[in-house]
Amino acid sequence: MRRPFALCAGVALLTLIVLAVLAGPLLWSVPPERMDLAARNAGASLAHPLGTDQLGRDLLARLMAGGRISLAVGGAAMLAAVALGTVIGVVAGMVRWLDGPLMRLTDLFLSLPLLPLALIAVTLFRAPLAAALGPEAGLFALIVGVIAATSWMQTARVLRGEVLALMARSFIAAARSAGTPPLALATRHILPNVASAIAVSATLAVAGAIITESTLSFLGVGFPPDFPSWGRLLADGTAYLGDRPGRALWPGALISLTVLAVAYIGDALRDRSDPRGPR
Amino acid sequence: MTLRIPLILLTLLTAPPAAAERGADGDLRILYWQAPSTLNPYLSGGIKDLEAASLVLEPLARYDPQGDMTPWLVDVIPTPQNGGVSADRTRITWTLREGLRWSDGSPLTSHDLRFTWLYCTAEGGGCAQAEKFRDVIDVETPDPRTATVVFNQPKPFPYGPFVGPQSPILQAAQFADCLGPRAPTCVEANFAPRGTGPYVVEEFRAGDVVRYRANPEYRDPGKPAFATVTIKGGGDAAAAARAVLETGEFDYAWNLQLAPEVLERMEARGKGRVAVAFGSLVERVAINFTDPDPALGAARSTRAHAHPMLSDPAVRRALSMALDRGVMTEIGYGRAGRPTCDLLPPPEGPDAACLEQDIPGARALLDEAGWTDSDGDGVREKDGKRLHLLLQTSTNAVRQDFQSIMKEWWRQIGIATELRNIDPSVFFGGNPDSPDTLQKFHADLQMYAGAYDGGDAEPYLATWSCDKAPGPENQWQGANVSRFCEPNYDALVQELASAATLDARRALERRMNDMLVAEGAVIPLVDRGRVSAHALDLEGTAVNAWDSELWNIADWRRAAQ
Repeated sequence: MRRPFALCAGVALLTLIVLAVLAGPLLWSVPPERMDLAARNAGASLAHPLGTDQLGRDLLARLMAGGRISLAVGGAAMLAAVALGTVIGVVAGMVRWLDGPLMRLTDLFLSLPLLPLALIAVTLFRAPLAAALGPEAGLFALIVGVIAATSWMQTARVLRGEVLALMARSFIAAARSAGTPPLALATRHILPNVASAIAVSATLAVAGAIITESTLSFLGVGFPPDFPSWGRLLADGTAYLGDRPGRALWPGALISLTVLAVAYIGDALRDRSDPRGPR
Repeated sequence: MTLRIPLILLTLLTAPPAAAERGADGDLRILYWQAPSTLNPYLSGGIKDLEAASLVLEPLARYDPQGDMTPWLVDVIPTPQNGGVSADRTRITWTLREGLRWSDGSPLTSHDLRFTWLYCTAEGGGCAQAEKFRDVIDVETPDPRTATVVFNQPKPFPYGPFVGPQSPILQAAQFADCLGPRAPTCVEANFAPRGTGPYVVEEFRAGDVVRYRANPEYRDPGKPAFATVTIKGGGDAAAAARAVLETGEFDYAWNLQLAPEVLERMEARGKGRVAVAFGSLVERVAINFTDPDPALGAARSTRAHAHPMLSDPAVRRALSMALDRGVMTEIGYGRAGRPTCDLLPPPEGPDAACLEQDIPGARALLDEAGWTDSDGDGVREKDGKRLHLLLQTSTNAVRQDFQSIMKEWWRQIGIATELRNIDPSVFFGGNPDSPDTLQKFHADLQMYAGAYDGGDAEPYLATWSCDKAPGPENQWQGANVSRFCEPNYDALVQELASAATLDARRALERRMNDMLVAEGAVIPLVDRGRVSAHALDLEGTAVNAWDSELWNIADWRRAAQ
């Protein structure tokens, strides 16, 4: 292993953040939606270690609640987008006659403007999904779906290129001539060789998903206002940047640290799985 | 309504200002962060354009900061009592003040009034203020100082034409060749109209700057105190506030809707002062009287099904009682808002008892009405109906704060609230194909602001009558978004339509307001004001939410050092 430090640091940081948002409420039990109207816009104190927002809600509790939402959205949207992108990229790279149509589809999605699409999706699917899954789970599924549907294209394009290059390599030709069926070829020979690209895409997708979710929430097509994701806390906090920078800096720092940790892990995984890399 | 002598005239009578010399105070610099694009108010509905034109063009009567009419180019406002309005309410006769002159020295005559009417109603002219001249069939000019506006039907409130900043008088001589489709092509006239006001246009660059100098023909020889005025456009509200309050580059800035603490911090620098004027803009929660259940399909949010929970007056009352409007105002608007329980905020201020938050009272009311939390989940039920409400509004930081805070208070009285915010262009867009509009109201409650302009609340109050409800039969057009329907209220609307005296109209309007609030058709929250800032040494300003903010610019002056 070339960079044990990066992997350890990434895993440690991510574990710490995940633990903090999941187990934090056991230690800090203030409900994130409780308003203390007497302590609006308060600074750091024992009662509110990171201060309060304009409605007197505890920032620490909201950061933990927001982390659960943001990490869940980031993780779920990343999985969905990478899975979709991988399938399309690998199929396009392996099957010559599907390459053209699939890549045009990718181009089509790349040219779709995200926000109008999200607006339409929310308008069309919000009520049916809410009826089927309940208002919060329905919205979660919708937002994850919208983000995944608009962010798989980079993965697909990168993988197609990698797969095309691989397909020309002699070990693939050998595997094919030995009669390996296409599915086995993909899982045994191709996917391990493009794992590094997938890992990098996945880390980018997590970061992108967290940020896209915040954009959607900010524009009012994401989660409702009482659903404090990190992106939403950051967007709300920017108005107070001059007076109470903490309100924007804390969620901003948490988004950055999460993305950094995921990127470290992805980087280290890439190094480990690279068959050409030094061992 | 009493026709008050404006405050300014009173001060003139009692204590004449020291510097009563025209042009003695030099240059006045005004910042409008939305720049004027024309100076002809008949070709633009924009407030910025109306206000920039109001230094030059004047109507016969204006509204003062209290919303009362003030004679401007006339000596008295015509009323049925003084014979100025005919008994059948179809004719109003205005008599011009003696000796009024245009800035080129020619006299202002009733012919100019008639011409202005012709100008705005000319075929193909695209007049932005055509509504002001609705139902006018003629403007008669028996003599040069008298003009009679004739309507084709009785008008209990005949003060549409020639009153307020939207319908000032144009000079017939200047605009004679600009009728109908030629109106926009008269660039020179549109960019530098001749008027009777205290200033004349010296230079106008659309979207950038307007320079004025004092009108040599102005009727009061001692006014205006400023020799020149510059209205500069561009930037945003925050930059405009800073230019007056922090750096002192400008004397006056308009429309500063900023967070209360931001304005306070700027004001603390001691260079200027923030001024607020209240009109009729009220932030409110509207209640859906019809069932928005998606399972109803096409009958959703229509009169076919009454709302299962909100049809109960006790629930509507409890929703209102649980709110602390004072705290909401402080959080969202600071000094730019006043807590209110009325749709038409009374001039004497709100009723203190209603502003009091009463959570135990709201709980007791719901208990009494049979809404109880039988399964212990914190939400009340009755006959299998759970008090779970969807509150929607447009995306806007203040509104989202209000949503969160109301949700919390309503939780305390056992009402669960689901929040939703919608992009403003969709929410207010009124597209009948979109399910998320103010008119469709596919929610239980919604929050927005509404107002009326120009002194007459009749069209505004009439929007709560039964036949104004939006629905599939009228392609979801209509302003009665609550689909409130109360025969007693409709009777009052009828009565108002024929009420003749202004006092009787004011009294009726008050009764209608009280009925809407008592019935819980709306839950008024905050009376929102217009916010402006002026330099400390600028005197005489009177921010006006009913007319142009620059309505009394002739009286502005620089304080003696």
